[in-house]
Amino acid sequence: MNDNLENINPKLYKKLDDRKITSEEEDEDVADEFDAREIFDIIKNINDPEHPLTLEELNVVDQSLIEVDDKANRVNVKFTPTIPHCSMATLIGLSIRVQLLRALPARFKVNVEISPGTHVSEAAVNKQLADKERVAAALENSMLLGVINQCLGPRN
Amino acid sequence: MGTLELKQSLTGHKGRVWSVCWHPTDALLASCGEDKTIVIWRLEGLEWVTKMILTEGHSRTIRELAWSPCGNYIASASFDATTAVWDKKSGQFECNTTLEGHDNEVKSVSWSVSGQLLATCGRDKSVWVWEVNDDEYECDGTIMEHTQDVKKVRWHPHEDILASASYDNTVKIHKEEAAKNDWSSIATLSSHTSTVWSLSWDKTGNRIATCSDDQTVKIWREYKPGNETGVATPNNVPVWKCICTVSGYHTRTIYDIDWCKVTGLLVTACGDDIIRIFKEDSDCDPHQPSFTMVCSMDNAHTQDVNCVQWSPTVPGQFASASDDSLVKIWLYKE
Repeated sequence: MNDNLENINPKLYKKLDDRKITSEEEDEDVADEFDAREIFDIIKNINDPEHPLTLEELNVVDQSLIEVDDKANRVNVKFTPTIPHCSMATLIGLSIRVQLLRALPARFKVNVEISPGTHVSEAAVNKQLADKERVAAALENSMLLGVINQCLGPRN
Repeated sequence: MGTLELKQSLTGHKGRVWSVCWHPTDALLASCGEDKTIVIWRLEGLEWVTKMILTEGHSRTIRELAWSPCGNYIASASFDATTAVWDKKSGQFECNTTLEGHDNEVKSVSWSVSGQLLATCGRDKSVWVWEVNDDEYECDGTIMEHTQDVKKVRWHPHEDILASASYDNTVKIHKEEAAKNDWSSIATLSSHTSTVWSLSWDKTGNRIATCSDDQTVKIWREYKPGNETGVATPNNVPVWKCICTVSGYHTRTIYDIDWCKVTGLLVTACGDDIIRIFKEDSDCDPHQPSFTMVCSMDNAHTQDVNCVQWSPTVPGQFASASDDSLVKIWLYKE
């Protein structure tokens, strides 16, 4: 662990209970659209880059900040950095983006943005996360990809 | 409204296709993408078929490619920080020159009309101009005037004037200063409110169309010193003015735009998977033109459209490239 943590004592939040699977969802014949809870479940266990905690436990992601329109192929995720000058904001956003890129069908247009007013360089981070060319180039960087995979992998 | 007909879907690339480019005279099309290959397609009868696949020129994504005006060379810009020049002196296309200098990803490459100059740009915020002499490439100048990632470079259709578009929301025009023998920016086109992804000159070179992450297309016009309209030109330098903004049509980032030199039509590639065609209204004021959308193809691709380019030889024909790994050939009819 890094000795120079930016946010030494982050506030912890209670995790959501497991989702109840309905009989309709188990029925293969019923078309089951993606909803906010499902998207939340895909990203809630992403590890924070500096704490041995998940984005859910740090309240970086929250179901209420996820919008899904399955028919229009749109997923909008807003995330809240733990502190307004968090230097990890881009990395966290990138991890969320990559996780959704891998988990969702290619038809989805995914937007990942910082919750308005929760980060000092919100506009710059949002612009970078929205630039698919820079995201693609970043993902070809094996060192950065290693760090992201660490965030996305199961906790040691 | 005109009609847009899909002539063919070209499969072969693995993963995202970033760019397509037509051969200047022959029925050949080249495409490139994240699979690090260049595919050359040839029209045989009524079918486009794979003629050649060029590999091993780049170690990372090939972002863009450009045929030289003579049609004998292909330049390819890659995230591996190099630009490769391919020739077919041996009968096959081979990479015989690799241009190095950019610090990281090269995003775009363009040949001047004479084929004597090559421009590249990249994430290191710089634009490079290379001089071509008997297959030798020498850096003629580096322009460091953008403050962010440079996305696109395009030469003027007749003169050695270069335009570049950037993540810093501006387009800049560059020219060689004869006295200093150095390249510098002579105009900055500011109006877009987010990344300018691409630009295209019209056939005269007096106007430029730009497209942006702000979901608009803008038309810019050059006013030279002493222009009849009375637009002030301080320091005796031409001034570029935004004379039209096309907004309300695109619902996501516009990644590319091409202005047909034959028909005058504009085509756009958008992150909402739609290809749109615009036509200038015939009776409009040239200083305040208006453009009408004459065609919109929903689900032109199943993912983002990254690139569109009109055929230089077949009026109304254009090619598109998409994240869905396909290249498509289209024919627009009025």
